[in-house]
Amino acid sequence: MILAIKLAYRNLIGAGLRTWLSVTVLSFSFVVIIFMKGVLTGWDRQAKTDMSNWEIGGGQYWQKNYDPYDPFTLNESHAPVPSELKDEITAGNIEPSLIVPGTIYPQGRLQSVVIKGINPRQSILLLPSHKLDTIADGIPAIIGSLMAKSLKASAGDHIMLRWRDANGTFDAGDIVITGIFSTNVPAVEAGQIYIPLEKLREIMMMPDEATILTFRDGMKTLTGLEGWILMTKDELTAPVDKMIKTKSAGQSILFGILLLLAMLAVFDTQVLSIFRRQREIGTYVALGYTRRQVVGLFTVEGTMHSVLAAIVSAAYGLPFLGWMAKNGWKMPVDTSEFGIAIAQTLYPVYSAGLILSTVLIVTLTTAAVSYWPSRRIAEMNPTDALRGRLQ
Amino acid sequence: MDNSPIIEIEKLVKKFPMGRGEFTALNGIDLRFKQGEFAGLIGPSGSGKTTLLNIIGSLDVPSSGTAVVMGRTIENLTARESAKLRKESLGFIFQSYNLLAVHTVYENVEFPLLLLNYTASERKKMVSDALEWVGLTEKIKSKPPQLSGGECQRVAIARAMVKRPSLVLADEPTANLDTANSHNILKTMETLNRELKTTFLFATHDDKVISYLRRKIFLLDGKVDKEEITSN
Ligand SMILES: Nc1ncnc2c1ncn2[C@@H]1O[C@H](COP(=O)(O)OP(=O)(O)OP(=O)(O)O)[C@@H](O)[C@H]1O
Ligand SMILES: [Mg+2]
Repeated sequence: MILAIKLAYRNLIGAGLRTWLSVTVLSFSFVVIIFMKGVLTGWDRQAKTDMSNWEIGGGQYWQKNYDPYDPFTLNESHAPVPSELKDEITAGNIEPSLIVPGTIYPQGRLQSVVIKGINPRQSILLLPSHKLDTIADGIPAIIGSLMAKSLKASAGDHIMLRWRDANGTFDAGDIVITGIFSTNVPAVEAGQIYIPLEKLREIMMMPDEATILTFRDGMKTLTGLEGWILMTKDELTAPVDKMIKTKSAGQSILFGILLLLAMLAVFDTQVLSIFRRQREIGTYVALGYTRRQVVGLFTVEGTMHSVLAAIVSAAYGLPFLGWMAKNGWKMPVDTSEFGIAIAQTLYPVYSAGLILSTVLIVTLTTAAVSYWPSRRIAEMNPTDALRGRLQ
Repeated sequence: MDNSPIIEIEKLVKKFPMGRGEFTALNGIDLRFKQGEFAGLIGPSGSGKTTLLNIIGSLDVPSSGTAVVMGRTIENLTARESAKLRKESLGFIFQSYNLLAVHTVYENVEFPLLLLNYTASERKKMVSDALEWVGLTEKIKSKPPQLSGGECQRVAIARAMVKRPSLVLADEPTANLDTANSHNILKTMETLNRELKTTFLFATHDDKVISYLRRKIFLLDGKVDKEEITSN
């Protein structure tokens, strides 16, 4: 085996340009696959972290009627906060939030919004809720920057808000924008305004009620809260995984094409080798190899393309991948158009598993592609091979 | 010296498929060779010299009859056994040298020893001995494409001889060489034959080669036509 590797190495280096062509394509595949997979892994992680930081904390309890995808449920999805949780709420480890539908009238236009009441002193989410803790000539409200852009609103603006309280009575008042925040998580800003929880409870006439209860990351969860459903972080971030999986499938097509190119190069080299090097094959047999061993020799030689490629990739790929992981990859598109959390700069994350499995899969594929044409050697007549007269 | 024959061929027939029928390249050959012979198969093109040499070299098998080389019956050997026979006991010299182009002279000569698992120091000694036999102590770092035909053939002889095989099979070894080089090569082989008792079996129609042979076997149409033994 060591001899085979040595021979293969000499033959490959001896073949010069052709070898480097295949090796370049292969090494490019290595780096691209690892980089793009790394971007997805980084994205997945980042999106989940952002979601946890901005939206879901360590998980939530949902009032049993709450359905974030159906705004019509918002009228029914509120209930008094369970008394079992009072202590943790006081300690700030669980933050209740009341969510109700409303309408705003920016510059006389009408727009439906979701009004979220949050505790201005909460410390579970990154929302700058402290900006609600102020005295203003209206209801203090914070909104996201995209929302602000679409409303053409800026800090200090007054906007009329209309709501329907617990008794079904319509009422209205002015909100004052006291803060605009920017976030990577569109789900916490699109069509939403945040006002102080107690104020919302008061105007809705829903004292002590909430729609969702967000708890701090790492907290022990309770199941069997009457009328509340536990939504774990994993459940809440499942859509991220799902999206990443879809993206991953899309990537696979690209990887497939890359690999196909690389494999074509290797396959072509092998076929040509076997045709051109008949005398050499015959010589190996004359010197004491069996034909199967020569098949092995050529397979090792073909497979070595990917070993060389791995080494070449390490030479330029590792610095590149490392630089990317450190400095991030600036997304060329406006990320705010994505429906899901995505930062403008993504930091790829590469695991040892990712690198190993990529190298392994590519190497095994190369081995198979190298073996396939080499099998013919086993059927060669060594005397014909020695004369180089096989077709 | 051991007097049992190194090669015993009996009623050997070799047929090749040709078109719808068969072509008989060897048609009933009976031959024996003793250790230390310097013999040659002589005959016109197509008379079956290479075919016979290939069978003796276990690169091919007879269609019928039998060929026993160093006690091993060629037609009964498995792929592994015949490879072992070639690896351990046979040396080949070809008309077109068949050196490995990407390897240096040294590596080419070393190659058979790698297959036989000699240690690095043993290999070094044996390779330099072999290169000395053929008078090629310079240029050992050159690669075959940088050598002349005569030099290439000397490398090929060194490669065939390095493991000190019992039998060397040389198929038209001088066909690509000029007169001076041919004589050089032949003298080298003659010396090796004397000093190492290596059996040489040639296939040739070159008069220069023939003049060195101590036993001449004339083939015609796949049959032994006549034999001449020169004692000297
Ligand atoms: N693999 C093969 N298939 C078909 N016919 C073959 C094959 N090998 C040899 N022959 C035929 O067998 C005959 C003997 O061939 P061989 O190569 O042994 O001749 P030779 O004496 O070595 O000739 P030369 O001096 O030209 O090398 C030739 O007619 C050749 O065409
Ligand atoms: Mg011939």
